[in-house]
Amino acid sequence: MADKNYYMDNAAATRLDEAVLEAMTPYFFECYSVATSEFGYSLGLEAKAAMEQARGSLAKQLGASPDEFIFTSGSTESSNLALKGVAKALGNKKGRHIIVSKIEDFPVLHSAKTLEKQGFKVDYLDVDADGLISTDQLKGLLGPETILVSVQHANQEIGTIQNIEEIGAICRQQGALFHTDATHTFKRVPINVQKMPADLITVSAHTIHGPKGIGGLYVRKGTPIAKIMDGGFHEFDLRAGMENIPGAVGFAKAAELVTDEENNRLRDMRDTIIASVLKSIPNVTLNGHPKNRTPQNANITFHHVEGESITLHLDLYGISVSTGSACFSRSLEGSHVISAIGGDHERVHGSLRFTLGRYNTMEETAFVVETLESIVKQLRIISPLGKS
Amino acid sequence: MAFPYNDKVLEHFRNPRNVGRLEDADGKATEGSPACGDMVSVNIKVDPATHKITDIKFESYGCASNIATGSIITEMAKGKTLEEAKKITWKEASEELGGLPAIKVHCSVLAVEGLRAAIQNYEEKHGLVTNRVDTTEDVVLKRLKKVMNPLKGLDMVATNLVKEIEVKDGVVRLVIDMPEDHQFSAAIKEEVREKIEPLWDVKKVQIGFTE
Repeated sequence: MADKNYYMDNAAATRLDEAVLEAMTPYFFECYSVATSEFGYSLGLEAKAAMEQARGSLAKQLGASPDEFIFTSGSTESSNLALKGVAKALGNKKGRHIIVSKIEDFPVLHSAKTLEKQGFKVDYLDVDADGLISTDQLKGLLGPETILVSVQHANQEIGTIQNIEEIGAICRQQGALFHTDATHTFKRVPINVQKMPADLITVSAHTIHGPKGIGGLYVRKGTPIAKIMDGGFHEFDLRAGMENIPGAVGFAKAAELVTDEENNRLRDMRDTIIASVLKSIPNVTLNGHPKNRTPQNANITFHHVEGESITLHLDLYGISVSTGSACFSRSLEGSHVISAIGGDHERVHGSLRFTLGRYNTMEETAFVVETLESIVKQLRIISPLGKS
Repeated sequence: MAFPYNDKVLEHFRNPRNVGRLEDADGKATEGSPACGDMVSVNIKVDPATHKITDIKFESYGCASNIATGSIITEMAKGKTLEEAKKITWKEASEELGGLPAIKVHCSVLAVEGLRAAIQNYEEKHGLVTNRVDTTEDVVLKRLKKVMNPLKGLDMVATNLVKEIEVKDGVVRLVIDMPEDHQFSAAIKEEVREKIEPLWDVKKVQIGFTE
């Protein structure tokens, strides 16, 4: 194992910020009780106050009011609640048609598949070579039976940012609810529900140096949605279960710590990685939109070589990145995202995703690109592809 | 969780032996494709008198276990007669490497297939091949023994994934004993296709699942 870590898989998980841990600690050791009702005991009231303060802070970051922010265990649960909750509330009233994009992350995509099995009709929106959906296709699919459209704010693999304002406006015009998965944009790309016509927004702490196991779902006031997990009457009776108070406090703190300055720094590092790889390594393709992409994401295919062997070599140098290669995935299937943007098998298997975070430095990007250059060269010597 | 590859696998992955092509190869073959994410090319030089493999080179597009198996198989085959080299199994190659993660065993199968195909290519060119056989249920079953069950690291026949096989008028119909939405169903389906479709008299492969 290498001595130093060059961690560039921040879309998967991030290192916790010390200040976040510090904010959370009292809620493990001092104020550790449940959040009680207003007629409970003092410790519980204190816990409740902390929870509500965190909720207020997070809601404010979205331009929402506190009672529109539901805490969940993370983005998987948030998106499950959004899709299945709306389906449950409207499936027998308004209709059973749902539209999602083909490049959604698995919580949305697999929730849609589950609903399909339960008799809902699901349409999957295509994306263009940059990963953008077509609003014309969306308009053509929307109908009186459409209860929900779910299109991510930005993609988990290639970072492409969708034109959410326009998509949301189209849905609203047609009377369909609109959910967006903002796991990779919350605090990295501006979101304000006063301007963004979204009814439901998935957010999570794990992508912004907050704790794992806490996320949120913004639910616009008046949105028809039913809870999908039975239990107590927590979270405005939308999400049963013991409140994760340290998590909520940590999430709020993590969100407060992200600044525009930091996002600009990530953008600079991202641009440096893309520019130097394109310059120093032949036969590469940038995946995702060249401009409209999250500040932390670079995704590049190295043709004629397979992603898992690159990541293993990189790992031996202490560099952590992910790949769209089938070998890397738990299902042995290649990236559905790179396939959807028109990538052939080779482009899928040879893709690498670099996602930056607070603890990356410009020096690291130089080391990563340099190391990558020699690894790709070495693997291309072994490869039967790309030779005459 | 421990690192999935042992030191020997890593060593062969980082410093693969016998990489490249032979200018005047006597037999050569490529197995796999970028579609399945793994591809191996094998070139051999054969002594016509003794039928011994005098030189061997390989190229690999694939993951670490594919590269490492390609490397070890060239070491194992060098100096052996064609008959001996043909008998090297994926299990022996995997054992020679000190073991591979179950989910990666299918990558080692491909390297063994590459070697066998290169030998077959030599035999075909030198009139050493017997006539082609018709595809029967048995032939299909034998091929399916090369498709790995990623859950077990053993082939899909040994792990009872093959529920039904029917060969009729060039159409091979298969039922795999797993749910269609299983984690590995798509990967297995693709690999089955790659193994059965190239059979000379097969026109169509139909794959179904029990659920």
